[in-house]
Amino acid sequence: MRDILKVENLSKVYKSGSKNLTVLEGINFSIKEGEVLSIVGPSGSGKTTLLGLCAGLDKATTGTVSFYDTVINTLTEDERAALRSENVGFIFQNFQLIPTLSALENVMIPLELQGNAKAKHRSLELLERVGLSDRYDHYPTQLSGGEQQRVSLARAFSSNPKILFADEPTGNLDDETSHNVESLMFELNKEENTTLVIVTHDMELAGKTKRIIQLKGGHIVSDMLNEHTTVNA
Amino acid sequence: MKNLKFLIRTAYRDSRQNRGKLAMFMSSIILGIAALVAINSFNYNLVNDIDRQAASLLGADLTVNGNREIAPKLKAKFDSLPGESARELELFSMASLEDVNEMQFVRLKALQGNFPFYGKLKTVPVEAATDFRNSNGALVDDGFMIQHGLSVGDSIKLGYATFYIAGRLQSAFGSAGVTSSFAPTIYISLSELNKTKLVKEGSLVDYTYYKKLPEGFDADAWEEEQKMLFRNEGMRITTVKERKEALNEAFDMLNYFLNAVALVSLLLGCIGVASSVFIYVKNKIPSIAVLRCLGLKGRQAFLIYFIQIFILGSIAVALGAFLGSFIQLILPLLLSDFLPLEVTTVLSWKAIGEGLVVGSTVTILFALLPLISVRRISPLRTLRSSFEEEEGERDYLSWLVYFGIIISIFVFLWYLMSDLIMSAYFTVGLILSFVLLYSVSKAIMWAVRKYFPRKWSFVLRQGLANLYRPNNQTQTLLISIGLGTAVLAMLFIIQGLLLKNVQQMDAGNQPNMILYGIETDQRDSLAAMTRENGLPLIQQVPIVTIRLEEWKGRTKSEWLADTVADISRWAANREARVTYRDSLDPFDKLVAGKFIGEYKGGNDSIFVSLGADFAEQLKVGIGDELIYNVQGTRIKTYVSSLRKLDFTKMQARFFIVFPTGVLEEAPQFHVLVTKSPDTKTTAEFRGKVVTAFPNVSVVDLGMILQALGDILDKVSYIIKFMAAFSILTGLIVLISSLLLSKFQRIKESVLLRTIGASRKQILQINATEYVLLGALSAATGICISLAGSFLLATFVLELPFNIQWLPILAVFLFVVGLTVVIGMINTREVVSKSPLEVLRKEVE
Repeated sequence: MRDILKVENLSKVYKSGSKNLTVLEGINFSIKEGEVLSIVGPSGSGKTTLLGLCAGLDKATTGTVSFYDTVINTLTEDERAALRSENVGFIFQNFQLIPTLSALENVMIPLELQGNAKAKHRSLELLERVGLSDRYDHYPTQLSGGEQQRVSLARAFSSNPKILFADEPTGNLDDETSHNVESLMFELNKEENTTLVIVTHDMELAGKTKRIIQLKGGHIVSDMLNEHTTVNA
Repeated sequence: MKNLKFLIRTAYRDSRQNRGKLAMFMSSIILGIAALVAINSFNYNLVNDIDRQAASLLGADLTVNGNREIAPKLKAKFDSLPGESARELELFSMASLEDVNEMQFVRLKALQGNFPFYGKLKTVPVEAATDFRNSNGALVDDGFMIQHGLSVGDSIKLGYATFYIAGRLQSAFGSAGVTSSFAPTIYISLSELNKTKLVKEGSLVDYTYYKKLPEGFDADAWEEEQKMLFRNEGMRITTVKERKEALNEAFDMLNYFLNAVALVSLLLGCIGVASSVFIYVKNKIPSIAVLRCLGLKGRQAFLIYFIQIFILGSIAVALGAFLGSFIQLILPLLLSDFLPLEVTTVLSWKAIGEGLVVGSTVTILFALLPLISVRRISPLRTLRSSFEEEEGERDYLSWLVYFGIIISIFVFLWYLMSDLIMSAYFTVGLILSFVLLYSVSKAIMWAVRKYFPRKWSFVLRQGLANLYRPNNQTQTLLISIGLGTAVLAMLFIIQGLLLKNVQQMDAGNQPNMILYGIETDQRDSLAAMTRENGLPLIQQVPIVTIRLEEWKGRTKSEWLADTVADISRWAANREARVTYRDSLDPFDKLVAGKFIGEYKGGNDSIFVSLGADFAEQLKVGIGDELIYNVQGTRIKTYVSSLRKLDFTKMQARFFIVFPTGVLEEAPQFHVLVTKSPDTKTTAEFRGKVVTAFPNVSVVDLGMILQALGDILDKVSYIIKFMAAFSILTGLIVLISSLLLSKFQRIKESVLLRTIGASRKQILQINATEYVLLGALSAATGICISLAGSFLLATFVLELPFNIQWLPILAVFLFVVGLTVVIGMINTREVVSKSPLEVLRKEVE
């Protein structure tokens, strides 16, 4: 298996007034194609910053993030956008659906960005897959939290991304809905054969992935395989 | 572009639920463009109408006009022209209304011939326009008849003659209706004028000779050929073409004013555009971040919102042009009193086209200011809601947009004014005003922060701190409301200044009544009558009519032919009304030489005293020789002194004063100046004078004040109507600026409520903020208006500058009140709902 993502000597420093704030330092790891892993750690440990850097949403202060052979942090913002459009999917804690678009239109967006002629067909299929075929013309405000996250899942998988980043995907949901969304996410991931990176502080969710990277104070404190995983990857 | 379809589709989908939010944006454009199209349509129609109606405005193909009877050699020239002639004498006089026992100062026009040859005297009944010419009938101004309850058939006494009212004159020919508020027009037949005994040697009479020329006759060529000859005799030839040019010139000022109003409305509209698009973009940031996350490029994100703004902007521009075309139907009604012609209200495609081009350009440019920031919205905002794009690195595109705005304003002004330098000055002036308002707002925020009154109550501190907190609206409001207030306050200041200036004429012992047209044999009895009525004889002076023939050794013709000498044609040609006296008038100030009050006869020289400005116009100084023609007799004089005249007092002022012993035997009439303590005495005295001496005219300051007040009221009514555009646009800007920070304020207020602040306290905090904002904006606007009116009063109107604080205070309170009301309406949501409800909504 090839490395889909490789992180080398990564650090991120933010300026806070006249002071520098080091959020990540000396981060090294790689992710293989099709791998399912979680990045865990307490609040402020740098999880979300790491996700942003890996997904090409932000630029590292030092070090490199490579997607296959492409070093992401040397790309311009527009080049990174093109890379995201073709290869990356996202699931957010607060769903991040566009409020002015219907469920179907939200799912279609990544495909339309690629100029995919079958965007509608594929999106309807995915909405049916997540159990929302009868709600395709509803706006986000007309859907419950769980339903919104299911639309978000359909959107994330719609363009067949090679890698999917999920930031606390069940953080805003109740236990029962969380369980349903998690199951759906892992099922879809398996069906679409996508690499899945979950950022969470929910150890129960992390426990369902095969590999767990633990962050603390901006450093990796452990990177281990999870023997008790319930997910095959 | 490959993704254009996708961008248009996304722009459409995204706008579906937001069109209401862009209402503010659209209203700003609609109002700005409506003002522009309405005003320009009116202007273009006016120019076309002047063009079309010029012949009927003049009433003839050619006129010759002067303040004396035409000289025989000129009369011969005029008579040699082919075609029909007519003649008119115009003078001011008293009209005595015996039926209602009232007096009125009137403009009397005595007509001979079939004037007007083009157009009609509009009368009721229609036949009165012809009947009065062959009878002792008079056509009387309709407004005047209504005011005094007169009817057709009633009698009216002019001088010594009584006329019957033949008809109501519905519009005075070729003059603006507003002039009738000072002296209503009355037409009589010239053959009846003698009976009035109003025209004597030296009377102030305007003579006009009209000609209807055969078709094909080149009136302009004749005018060009004869112009100098007539001018040298103090007569002016006017052709239809000249009348047209003169009217266009006269309306240039109106155009400037209306254009300035249109520009202010448009600029305020532009601020509205920028601030409403700014709010729109601000609300869109989360969606844009998601789209960016999903792979949308910065340029594509920008285009999605640009397409929305462009399409809605275009619709708004079109609606604005439509509304403007509708409003221009009203403008001629508002301005009818000031226009000597009927303005048609046809659609002006030129004005609409201009509106569309200008509107689209400014909408795009001003919307671009906030829109280009869309390119830089980071996808990281999806992960961190508090993420802010790194500042520091300047967006070069924003400089380009600012440059585009300045250039487009300059080009627009240049197009409006056709004057490169003026438009450059105007553009610089506008930039400076904006910079000034911007700097003031910055300074205020800095000062509030620096000298923050920490001991104030919690409510006041919170309200005050809102002025400089993030998302504050201080700058936007100061600029928009400040500019609107400045326009409104300046209007009141100038209006007050003009009225006060006239009112002051009456102060203390200053005279307030002038009696003129007094014949020599009436002088003493009138003086006696004045004293008998308990009124003082402040001034009683003789007036003799003379003409200047030669000075400094050259004839008038030689001087006028000398283009290098640059002497005033008016000063040389005028039929001068002079007086004689033995001492310097105490109201005049001697600025050079010595006043010589007596001519001893024999070999003694005659020394005259000239007004300093008048002497400058003739290029004469102390000791220079002037030869006057006093009703046929040449009199050689020398300048002995120069005086500075004060025209602010209601008294007879003379550019030329002779010594006693020269003009006593010349035909003359007299002027008497007095002061009446009240309007009742004025009316009684006027009645007695006109009854005993029908040829004497009485003008009182009250009458002038009333007429001026009427005119100013009409002017200010129009200005207010036009300023309403600016104010309305300003209000939209105000609402959008308040909305700009609404969400921020709601969050803060809800948090405050959650931790225990009462509704009353929240209301007080908000009210404090809006009172402060309104007060600061209004105060800044008033300061600008004070500076502007000072410059206008000092350098243009040449009036002493003083301020009437009451209307300014009213403007201040109005603006503050409006800001608070709109602000409080905007935040009612915060207090009328439970914190939980608002918090939930915020989450959604």
